[in-house]
Amino acid sequence: MNPAYSVIFFTTASGAGYGLLALMGILNAGGYLPVDKWFGLTGFIISLGLITLGLLSSTFHLGHPERAWRALSQWKTSWLSREGIIAVLTYIPSILFAIGWVFFQKTTDTYMVMGLISSIGAAITVYCTSMIYASLKAIPAWTHNLVPPIYLVFSLATGGLILNAMLHVYDAPIKDISIFCLLTLALALVLKLKYWKDIDAAPRKTDLASATGLGDIGTVRVLDKPNTSENYLQQEMGFRVARKHAEKLRRIAITTFFILPTILVSVTFLVPDLALATTLIAVPAASIGIATERWLFFAEAKHVMMSYYEG
Amino acid sequence: MTDLPQSTNTKLGLVIDLDICVGCHACAVNCKEWNTSGYHAPLTDTDPYGADPTGVWFNRIHSYEVERPTGESQTVYFPKSCLHCEDAPCVTVCPTGASYKRSEDGIVLVDEDMCIGCKLCSWSCPYGAREYDAFEGVMKKCTLCIDKIYNENLPEESRQPACVSTCPANARHFGDLGDPNSDVSKMVKARGGYDLMPEQGTKPVNKYLPPRTRQMEPGDITKKSKLEDASPDGGFLGWLDKVLTD
Amino acid sequence: MAASQQSIDISPIVSDKVDTTTCYMCACRCGIKVHLLDGKIRYIEGNPDHPVNKGVLCAKGSAGIMQHYSPARLSKPLKRVGERGAGEFKEIEWNEALEIATSWLASVRATDPKRLAFFTGRDQSQALTSWWAQQFGTPNYAAHGGFCSVNMATGGIYTFGSAFWEFSEPDWSNTKYFLMFGVAEDHDSNPIKMGLSKLKNRGVKYVSVNPVQTGYSAIADEWIGITPGTDGLFVMSLMHELLRAGKIDVDYLIRYTNAPYLIVENPGGSDHGLFVRDGDGQELCWDRVTNQALPFKDPVLKPEMKGTFILPDGRKARPVFELLAERYLDNQYSPDAVAHQTGIDADTIRRIAAELAEVAFEQEITLDQPWTDWRGQHHEKMVGRPVAMHAMRGISAHSNGFHTCRAIHVLQILLGSIDCPGGLRYKAPYPKGFNSLPKPTGKPNQIMPNTPLPGPHLGFVQGPEDLLLNEDGGPMRIDKAFSWDAPMASHGMMHSVIGNAAKGDPYKIDLLFMYMANMAWNSSMNTSETIDMLTAKDEGTGEYRIPQIIYSDAFYSETVPYADLILPDTTYLERWDCISMLDRPISDAEGAADAIRHPVVEPDRDVRPFQDVLIDLGARLGLPGLIKEDGQSRYPGGYKDYITNHERTPGVGSLAGFRGLDGAKKGKGEPNPNQLDEYIKNGCFWYDKIPEEASYYRHANVAYLDYAAKMGFIKDTTPIIFNLYSEPQQKFKLAAQGHGDHVPPDHHKERINKYFDPLPIWYEPFDQAAVDITEYPLHALTQRPAAMYHSWGSQNAWLRQIHGTNRLYIPEPLAAHHDINNEDWVYLSSRKGKIKVRATIMRGVNSKTVWTWNAIGKRAGAWNLDEDSKEFTEGFLLNHLIDDQLPTNEHNYNYSNSDPITGQAAWFDVRVKIEKVPSKEQTAKTVSTPHFDKINQPPTMPNRPSIIGYAVKKGAS
Repeated sequence: MNPAYSVIFFTTASGAGYGLLALMGILNAGGYLPVDKWFGLTGFIISLGLITLGLLSSTFHLGHPERAWRALSQWKTSWLSREGIIAVLTYIPSILFAIGWVFFQKTTDTYMVMGLISSIGAAITVYCTSMIYASLKAIPAWTHNLVPPIYLVFSLATGGLILNAMLHVYDAPIKDISIFCLLTLALALVLKLKYWKDIDAAPRKTDLASATGLGDIGTVRVLDKPNTSENYLQQEMGFRVARKHAEKLRRIAITTFFILPTILVSVTFLVPDLALATTLIAVPAASIGIATERWLFFAEAKHVMMSYYEG
Repeated sequence: MTDLPQSTNTKLGLVIDLDICVGCHACAVNCKEWNTSGYHAPLTDTDPYGADPTGVWFNRIHSYEVERPTGESQTVYFPKSCLHCEDAPCVTVCPTGASYKRSEDGIVLVDEDMCIGCKLCSWSCPYGAREYDAFEGVMKKCTLCIDKIYNENLPEESRQPACVSTCPANARHFGDLGDPNSDVSKMVKARGGYDLMPEQGTKPVNKYLPPRTRQMEPGDITKKSKLEDASPDGGFLGWLDKVLTD
Repeated sequence: MAASQQSIDISPIVSDKVDTTTCYMCACRCGIKVHLLDGKIRYIEGNPDHPVNKGVLCAKGSAGIMQHYSPARLSKPLKRVGERGAGEFKEIEWNEALEIATSWLASVRATDPKRLAFFTGRDQSQALTSWWAQQFGTPNYAAHGGFCSVNMATGGIYTFGSAFWEFSEPDWSNTKYFLMFGVAEDHDSNPIKMGLSKLKNRGVKYVSVNPVQTGYSAIADEWIGITPGTDGLFVMSLMHELLRAGKIDVDYLIRYTNAPYLIVENPGGSDHGLFVRDGDGQELCWDRVTNQALPFKDPVLKPEMKGTFILPDGRKARPVFELLAERYLDNQYSPDAVAHQTGIDADTIRRIAAELAEVAFEQEITLDQPWTDWRGQHHEKMVGRPVAMHAMRGISAHSNGFHTCRAIHVLQILLGSIDCPGGLRYKAPYPKGFNSLPKPTGKPNQIMPNTPLPGPHLGFVQGPEDLLLNEDGGPMRIDKAFSWDAPMASHGMMHSVIGNAAKGDPYKIDLLFMYMANMAWNSSMNTSETIDMLTAKDEGTGEYRIPQIIYSDAFYSETVPYADLILPDTTYLERWDCISMLDRPISDAEGAADAIRHPVVEPDRDVRPFQDVLIDLGARLGLPGLIKEDGQSRYPGGYKDYITNHERTPGVGSLAGFRGLDGAKKGKGEPNPNQLDEYIKNGCFWYDKIPEEASYYRHANVAYLDYAAKMGFIKDTTPIIFNLYSEPQQKFKLAAQGHGDHVPPDHHKERINKYFDPLPIWYEPFDQAAVDITEYPLHALTQRPAAMYHSWGSQNAWLRQIHGTNRLYIPEPLAAHHDINNEDWVYLSSRKGKIKVRATIMRGVNSKTVWTWNAIGKRAGAWNLDEDSKEFTEGFLLNHLIDDQLPTNEHNYNYSNSDPITGQAAWFDVRVKIEKVPSKEQTAKTVSTPHFDKINQPPTMPNRPSIIGYAVKKGAS
C-alpha cells in the first residue's frame, strides 16, 4: 500500500495525542498528576493539538474535505464513520476536563469523570482507527489480530513518553510513569516482532490462482499489465518496498522506537541529572520510530488486488 | 446507505467467458467511451499526451500465461471490472453512504455528490474495481451501464452494458444471476462459472467461465493419430487405381 | 436513505442525432452508429444491422472520439520552409497549395509522366487513386500491398481465383475444423473474432499456427509455435501424409482443378512443363476410356491422374497430379524430415494430417440445396468437406511467402475444401480467374506525355511477355515491379520507391506524391536510411535527389517533415468515402456488399478530404476522365459527385447498390443521383444476398457465374478452374532457361529459374540465407496489437494508455540463458543494425523467436506528444534491423529484400542475436536506441491539454 504521509502523520500524531489524553484522564483519577494550570495547559495543547492536527491531516487528503461531515453518518457499518463520531464526541469531555484543569485547577468530581470519559473515548477512537485497517480483508497483513493492540500500545507508549517528559520538565517526575514507559515500549516491541514474524511467514490465501480462478489449469503468471503507465490502483496499492530495504527500516524502527527510548528512559534511574534531557529526547526518537513503523505498516502490506498486476 | 440490502432478488451482473476472450480491449475502451459522457462523466485522463498518461477506467484487461502440468503454456486474457458483489465490502466501509447497493437490481453505485474521496472503498475492494478521479475528487466505478440498460431513449437491442454490446468475440454476457432460469445463470451452470477470490467472502455476482479443455490430444478428433499408408505394398499412388475405376 | 440515491436518471438523453457511417480505425470497415449531441460526438458503437460487424466494435473503433479530436491533427496546408526533416513550415491557403501541386504535376505530365511516383498507403480509395494515376499517365502507381500482403493476393488468385483475407472467409457456421496460419489482429478483425466465437461455442477444433501465442492464438485448441518462415514445409508435410494415405478428394480434383491436365515432358525443350493444348488452345487430359488426349471441357472425359502418355505428335506428357504427388511424396517432406526445421514434433504433424483427413472425409456435411455446374451436371445436394483454413501476414511477410500461400491453397484443394459447405468461402466479387484479370500497364509504348495509360497499372501477368520492361530488359516502373526483379508484383512495391528514386535506379523521378503512408518511419525497412534518401542531395546541383515531395495525411506523423507540400486530410468522420466493389468491398460469403462514409461532423479546421483534392487537381490538370469536353470539371461536387456519377464501364460505377434512375438496379445500372442518400438511409451500406443456389462451388456453379456476370463482377460466365499447377510460373522458368522471346538478362536467370516453379516449393528465407545463423540464431517478428493499428494510435489519448510503450518479448529459456529479467535492457542486432530495447519474458512463444508490437515506437516531435513520452524514450521499432536490400550477390546486384516472385517485402525474414546490456549501463536514464533527433512541429499545432475530462451530455460543462 502506498504510505501516504498524511495518513502516517494522522495515525501517529493522533495516536500519541489520544495516548496522552487517556493517560491524563486515568492518572488524574488516581491523583498522580499536578493539577497545575500550566501543566494542564501543556498537556491539553499537546494532546488535543496532536489529535486535531492528525484529524485535519486526514481530512486534507480527502477529495472533498468540505463534505467531511458526511463521514459521520454510516457508523452502522463503517469503522471510519465510527472513528469520526467518537473522535468528535471525545472533544466534549476532554474540553470540559481541560477547562476544569486549566481555568479552575479542579480535576475532581465531575471533572474527574470527564477525564475518565475522555480516556475511554480516546481508547475507543484509537481502536476504531486501527479497525479501519484491520477490517480490510483485502489487505491480509492488516487483518492480523495484533493490529488493534499494536495501535493501542503504541498510542500509550508515545503518549506515555510525552507525559514522562512533561513531568520531568515540571520537575515532578513519577518513577512509576517511567517504568510504565519502559513496559509499554517493551510490550510494543514484543507485539511488533510477533506481527512481523507472522506476516513474513504467512501463506497467501489469495494469490493469482484464486484471483483468476485459473489455478485449476496450471501455474499462473503475469504476461502483461492492462496499461503501460501506472494507473490509480497501482499507485495507491502497488507500492513495493524491497526486502532488504524493509529489513533495514525495521531495524531503524526498533532502534528508534524501542532501543533508544528505553535507554534514554532508563537513564532517568541511573543518572537523574540527565533525566530532563533524556526524557525530552526520547519523544522525537520514539516519534521517528513510530513513523517508521507506521510507514512499514503500509509499505509492507500487500493488497490482494496487486496479484492481478504482479502475480 | 452503506447498509447492504439483506439480499436482492434481482442480481444483475456479467458473465465473462475466458475461453473466448482474445484480449482485444474492445470492452474496456467502449466502456470508457460510453461512461465518460455518462453517469460518472467525465472519466478524467491526466497527462494524456505526456510521459505518464493515465485515466479513470472501469474495465481493464490483464494478460496471463498459465503453465499446464505438461509444461505447455496457455495465454489467457482477463477482463476485470466491478463484480457487483452481494457482500460488497466497498459498501459497508464507506463512511458517508455514497457507496451503496441497489435493492431493486443489486447494482453497486457511487453517489458522487456524497463521496468525500477518502478512497477507503478502493482499499476494501479485493478486485481493484474502484478508481479515484483525482481531478474530481470522487470515486468512480462500473455502473453496469445503469444509464443504458433501462434507457428508453435507446432502442431495446442497445439496452445492454456497453462492454457486452461491443464485445466482438461475444465473450461477455449480461443478465440476472439471481434468476436460475436466465440465460446467464444457465450458462454459468453449464460451463462451471466461478467466483473470483471466493475466500474473500464478497460473494461476487459476476461470474467467470473457465477456458474449456483444449482438444489437442491424440484421440480427441481421430482414433488413430497417424494416417495409414494407402499403398503399403509400394507402388507410386497405388491407391489411385482403386479410386479411378469407372 | 439519502434522497439523491433515488433520483438516478436511468433514461438520460444520449444524443440528438444518430448517424451511421463506416469506421476507419483500421481496414475492417465496420459499420458504426455515431451519436451526436449538440454537434459533438457522444458515443460510437457498432451498427447492429451492418453485415461486417453486426453491432460489435473493437477497441480502436471505440476510441474514435479521441482519434477525431486528437491534437495531432493537421489543420492547414503547409509549405516547407526549412530543410527537409526540420519541421519548419509555413501555413498557406488551399488555393496556393493546389496551384503549386498543379504546376508540379503538370510539368511532369507534359515531359515524362513516369517521373511522377504516386503511391498510397493505408487508403481505401484505390478505385479512385489508381484510376486518377491512370488518367495522369504515369506507370508509377500502387497502393501499399507490396509491403503488406501481396503474397496472399497473388498466391490465392493464381491458384483459386481469390485470396485469403479480403476475398474469402471460413464457413464459420458449418466448418468442423479450422486451421489458421500466421494470423494476428489485422484488418478484417471483427469478423474473425465473431467467427472464432462461433467455433468455440460449437466445439469445433481450432488450430493456430503462429510463432506467438497471443490474441486469436490464445484461444486455439492447439497452438503450434512454428519457426518463422517454415510454414510451407509444414503444409507440404501435411500434403505428404495425405498423399501417402490416399486421403485426397480425387473427384473434386477431376471436376474443378487442373490436376488432370497433361504437362509436356520435354526437358530442355521450350515447351517442357507447359500444358498440352489442342489447336483451339484447349488444355488436354488423358482419357482413360478411349485412351487418347481430350480437352478438359469435353463432357465424356474420364481423365487419368498418373502415368506417362505419348501424344499423337510423339511428345510425352504426364498429368499434373502425378507431378504433384511425385514431388510431395518425396521423403524430404515427410514429418520426420521437416520436424527440426519447423520446430514442430513429427508426431504432431502426423496427427494433424490424420485429423484433417478424418474431418474432411469422415465428417462430410450435406446441404439440401441442388445446383448445376458449368458442365451442365445437376447435383441434388451440396456436399462439403468441412475443413476451413485461413492465413495472413505470418505467411505473407517472408521471401518464400508466395509459394507458401500457394501450398496452403493446394492443401485445401487436395482436401476438396474450397467453397464447399464447411470450407473456405468466396466473398463477392470473387472468384475471378487470374487470366480474366487485366495485365499490368506500363510498357514503354504505353507511356506518353499528357496521355492516360491505356489500362490499369496493376494486374496479373501470364508470362514474361506481360512484364513491364524497357528495351534493355530493365524495369519500366520506379519500384521495379513487373520486371525480372519481381515479375508478379501485382500490388507494386511501395517499399522500394524512395530508395530507388534517390539512387536513380532504374531512373530518377521529379515528384513523389504519397497519401497516408508513414514511409519516414514505421512503413519502411531501415528507417534511418530511408530518411537519408528523402534528404539526400545531388552533389553537383545541391538539389534534393527526389526533387519534389507532396504528402497528404490527417495527422502530424514522422513523414510530414520530409515533404515539401502538405495537403491536410480530414478524419474519417468528416468525409465521403466509398468502399467499392472495384477495390476491396465489404462482402461476406453470403452476400455482395459495399459501403460509404459520409461526413457526420463538420471539420473545425481548414482541411479537405484527399479524394476531393485529387479530383480538383485532376480537373486543373485537364485529365481526360476528370473534365468534360468544355474543359470544366466533370465532378464539380468532388468525391461525392464522382462516387455517384463515375462509370468505370457502362453501368458499372463505384457503388453497386441502388443503381438506375429509380435506384432499383444492382451491380449494373445508370448512375442514380440519389444513390448516396439511399445508402445513408440504409445505414451507409448495401447488401445483396447471393441466391441460395449460388451459395457454394461458385467457381463452377452456373447460378453464381450468371449472377456474378449480371452484377458486373466478372466479364462472362467462364468457370474458374483451380490451378494446382501454375503455368505462368513455368513460363518464367523456361524464359530463364533461354526459351521464348522474352529472356531475362543474364544476372537474373539463375534466380528466376530457381524460384519460379509451377508447383509450390519451400526455400530458406533470403535474409536468413544471407547470414551465419549460428551468429544470428533468432527470428524477430512484429504483430499488430488489437488496440492499435500501425502508427495510428499514439495520438489517441485512450489507446496510448494501453500501448504507450512496447517491449521485446523473449522466450523464457532464452532469457534464462542470458540472465535477462523482466524490464532489463537488451541489445538486439541483425546484420544491418542494432537496437537497445527493454525485455519482457514470455512462455508462449517459439523458442527461437523474439517479437514486439508493431509501430508503437515513435519519434520525438511527431504526433503532438510531450518530448519525454515513452513512445520516444522506451518505445522502439524493429525496422532499424531490417535491410531493404539483400546483400550484393555474385552478379554485383542488390535485390530488394522481398519475395522474388511478387516483390512482397520480407519483414519477417530478419535474423538477430540478443545480448543483455551490462547492468551498470542500465539506469533510470537509459533510453531505447537508435534515438532520432526530435523533429519540430509547426507552431500552429494545437496545445495539448494536460487533463482531459471528455463529457458530452446535457448540462455538462
